[in-house]
Amino acid sequence: MNCKALFAAAGLALLSASTALAGDVRIMWYSDGNEGEVLKDLISRFSKDNPDINVIVDEVAYSVIKEQLPVQLAAGNGPDIARVTDIKNLAQYWLDLTPYLSDPVSWVKNYEDQADWMRLDGSPAITGFMTQITLTGGFANKTLFEQAGVPLPGPGATWSDWVEASKKVAESQQLPYAFAIDRSGHRIAGPAISYGAGFIGPKGLPNEVDDGMKAFIADFVKWNNEGLHAKDVWVSAAGTTYRPAADDFINAQVPFYYSGSWQVANLATKIDDAFDWVATGSPCGQAACTGMPGGAAVVAMKDTKNPKEVARVMEYLASTPVAKEFAERTLFLPANKEVIAGGLNFQTDSQTVKDVLNTFVQASSTTAVEALKLPAWKYAGSYYGALVSRVSQVIAGELTLDDGYARINSDMAEKVKEAQ
Amino acid sequence: MSANIKRHRTGLGGIAFAVIRPVMSLIDIPLRALQRATGQGGMASFFILPNMAVFTIFVLIPFAINFVYSMTGGIEIFLNQRDFVGAEHYRDIFTCGSYLDPASCRRDGFWTAAQNTTLFVILQVTLLIIVSLITALILNRQIIGRSFWRAMFFFPVLLSPVVVGLIWRWILQRDGLLNFVLLEAFGAEQFNWLTDRTAAFAATIGVSIWAHMGFYTLILLAGLQAIPKDLYEAAEMDGTSKSRVFRRITLPLLMPNLIVVLVLALIKAVQVFDEVYVLTGGGPGTSTMYLVQYIYEKGFASELRNPGLAAAASIIMGAVLVVLTLMQMAASRRNEKKGER
Amino acid sequence: MAGVVSFLTRRRGGDRWHWTDVATWVWLIGGLLIIFGPAVWLVLSSFKTPAALSAFPPSILPYVTQEVQVEGFDKPLPLYEVTLPDGTTAQMAEKRRVGVIAQMIDPKNPGEVVKVNIKDRKPVEMVEFATSNYTEPFLQFDFLRYLWNSVFVTVMATIITLIVNSMAAFALSKYKFKGRDLILLVIVGTLMVPLGVITVPLYSIISTLGLFNNLWGVILPTVATPTGVFLLRQYMLTIPDELIDAARMDKASEWQIYWRIVLPLSAPALAVLAIFSVVWRWNDFLWPLIVLSRSTAYTLQVGLNVYAGQLNVQWHYILAMTVVTMIPVVLVFVFLQRFITRGIATSGLK
Repeated sequence: MNCKALFAAAGLALLSASTALAGDVRIMWYSDGNEGEVLKDLISRFSKDNPDINVIVDEVAYSVIKEQLPVQLAAGNGPDIARVTDIKNLAQYWLDLTPYLSDPVSWVKNYEDQADWMRLDGSPAITGFMTQITLTGGFANKTLFEQAGVPLPGPGATWSDWVEASKKVAESQQLPYAFAIDRSGHRIAGPAISYGAGFIGPKGLPNEVDDGMKAFIADFVKWNNEGLHAKDVWVSAAGTTYRPAADDFINAQVPFYYSGSWQVANLATKIDDAFDWVATGSPCGQAACTGMPGGAAVVAMKDTKNPKEVARVMEYLASTPVAKEFAERTLFLPANKEVIAGGLNFQTDSQTVKDVLNTFVQASSTTAVEALKLPAWKYAGSYYGALVSRVSQVIAGELTLDDGYARINSDMAEKVKEAQ
Repeated sequence: MSANIKRHRTGLGGIAFAVIRPVMSLIDIPLRALQRATGQGGMASFFILPNMAVFTIFVLIPFAINFVYSMTGGIEIFLNQRDFVGAEHYRDIFTCGSYLDPASCRRDGFWTAAQNTTLFVILQVTLLIIVSLITALILNRQIIGRSFWRAMFFFPVLLSPVVVGLIWRWILQRDGLLNFVLLEAFGAEQFNWLTDRTAAFAATIGVSIWAHMGFYTLILLAGLQAIPKDLYEAAEMDGTSKSRVFRRITLPLLMPNLIVVLVLALIKAVQVFDEVYVLTGGGPGTSTMYLVQYIYEKGFASELRNPGLAAAASIIMGAVLVVLTLMQMAASRRNEKKGER
Repeated sequence: MAGVVSFLTRRRGGDRWHWTDVATWVWLIGGLLIIFGPAVWLVLSSFKTPAALSAFPPSILPYVTQEVQVEGFDKPLPLYEVTLPDGTTAQMAEKRRVGVIAQMIDPKNPGEVVKVNIKDRKPVEMVEFATSNYTEPFLQFDFLRYLWNSVFVTVMATIITLIVNSMAAFALSKYKFKGRDLILLVIVGTLMVPLGVITVPLYSIISTLGLFNNLWGVILPTVATPTGVFLLRQYMLTIPDELIDAARMDKASEWQIYWRIVLPLSAPALAVLAIFSVVWRWNDFLWPLIVLSRSTAYTLQVGLNVYAGQLNVQWHYILAMTVVTMIPVVLVFVFLQRFITRGIATSGLK
């Protein structure tokens, strides 16, 4: 029995279900902070200059982007433009904007570094641009370190240096934990690579858990069991659920917090003047001192009825002055090279925030080659998922370390099988 | 009987009646013609048709599609893009060293979730019925402000599961309200309610009872109030002890309501998902991961998506539940017959 | 003294307190704390600033640090209760903080700076309700439209549920026909199976019918609830068949029997189902989230969820909007409660 034939008719009916008016451009957008407001502001200016295009912004929860959008795209019900994070796996649905752009050359020039993250392997298409670049990295509560009389580990300090120093601070200041890492596979990918882990194996297939990966996981589990790492962040959920540990840092419950550049605006508003905090970049392992790059992209959809209008909206949003204003108002690290070269004036009166953002810009120079490759690797998301769900089972005592490694391998083997 | 209907014609009910009456009479004209054509018994099909049509389109057909789905592989979402793999997902699920040890299974998550769900359903339903019954008995007493208390216990039923999970998460987490209160009141150490396996499991049971007991209490209370007062008066005159009155009069007469409560509570318990998903996310480890969450994550949410496996898991779950439900119905029907005799 | 105690513990009817009376009140007061405590805390928390929301130890009331306007400074400065080196305490404003040392000034005498270790001071707090949690979402999102969509979905779904379920329950309880047992079997069989597990195929059906981004796509899949049919049928079984036979003798049509006899007599069960349906549909979250992805079609529950981002969730807005969405349900309940009570009372007559 071949269900491809059986359900082809149903599939056709699905594809014809979407409706769009000429001139309508729908943008599906999720927000972590104020970027939805900023976007609407930018779009309302665009609409004033382009009355022939009716741009509609549909603000959605991130879970819609992550869980519903793939289904909508498969059914042909998607929007015209969307802000997405799973940009590689869904690349088959993105529109190649090249024929519709008035100036594709400067687009390529400004955004070429991340172009591979959002197109099929080997394709030269222009599908979108990054609204922001993120980089994972650490934050330290400088005030707690000073109160404990422990110097902040300098550049080149290893993970064990940081854990050791944070432990001293936690002991002297009577804090529940020494440090915290968000519950996310993406967050521990950088440290694992620093330990020498390789994710990408031969032929672009997932690597079996190697010695570097094992070394980091073993250390991480040990830190949890010794009560150094904030265990509840990792065991308070099952599966691949994301849990940030930002609140522990904001409340000065941990002196060291490993997260990423997207936290800056959040930390700035919530910590305010409660203590001094600094960005530390990523601690080192034997192999590197790397964080993980990432970010969200705005992409155009292949199924759109109005590719020309979509291209005009995209070109407006990607243009240097708009991208610059977007970054400055949202406190995001921009992707646009011209914007970076021109320098940014982040809209904040906090010197801390400016310093922190600069630290992240500097830290990006130590990013390892493997880490740069991961965002454009199609198994990355699945690998992070396997890491976070199995490692937290090990931490919770449900699996031994060796069982955990074996389960990660079998999860990935299954994924490869499903994908072929 | 006629007194009963008349009561509805006063006040707001009366106004509604005045509005509805001409509409209903109008509908009656074609229906009388229909009845003449089909006969009295034929009208049964007319009454059942709308419900069954909607039910078929939105429940039965999806279930059928789901069954086909469970025999396909790949990560594509639409059936026409998926490959037929036969019973592979079912074989995978049942590849186990020992069914009692999830770690020995190829699909460890499924068996863990199945075990957790079973334990949850048994404990939650038992405790829920006990708590609801006690509350209903208390509300049936002569207490001051009875309608306030009744409304109070019903209040959590109005909250969305997401909100329920959220509130309790904030109360129970390490830096939450409960630890703060315990610290202030007793100087107790911070205890991590949501990362201790037993405590987290108990929390999911407690919170779901908190959220749903009001509804069941109302059903039981209605049953209690329907028990004729003269039965109790007669028992009191005979000097029957309170516990005997409870066992011999209250419980048997409350049985129909208790069965409704049992069935509805079981349905809810088996389907537990939203509030637990927000409360513990299935953790610590996977100790509060229940079946619906497993199926949802495998179908939609997780980076390790496998919709075919999710469909197979849901078919197995559905099959087990249908069998259990039918067994339960058969048992209660036997009970009913016994009661009639 | 003994008189007072006996007065306080006196019961109506003059009886002594039985242990069950004590247990009753312990249960009720305990219930009051456990049920309203979290809810009150939720409402109070919805008035907190983002910083206060994530603070530990959590506060009951929404506190903010008091600020004072000091001459020579553009912005108001935060006020602290400072323990000075000589052991006295004073209220001082913070001018600047470098590491663990804060430069404090007396608001009345801004020239003189005192350096204080931050361990030796406590912020002066006052209660302030962050009403912007409520006003900002109202300005930003189309609250009235979401409200209308939610009301539309809830009301339509409940009416249709009551009609089709009661008709089906009537047929299943008062007629004998071919296939009845099979239909019963199917309905009872699907009672327990959670609809969440058929989301993906259901999605493709909605999509095929063109109901995507359409409120009817949210309403229709929910109306043929097996639970409703089951509940109503169980109730209708208790209506004596003699009543129906008598009506047939009087030449009443089947439709008249349905709406003039069976429906009024099932009022208590219908009220229960109506409340159930209103609460379910109002609070429905996962399914509307899947079907509705255009903001013009959002219901409130979907609308407030736009504050849940990938990496940050703006809890202060979500909490405030949650409280707003709770209000109509509570009102409906307060209003309907009289009807349930009456329904239960009349059902005692049967």
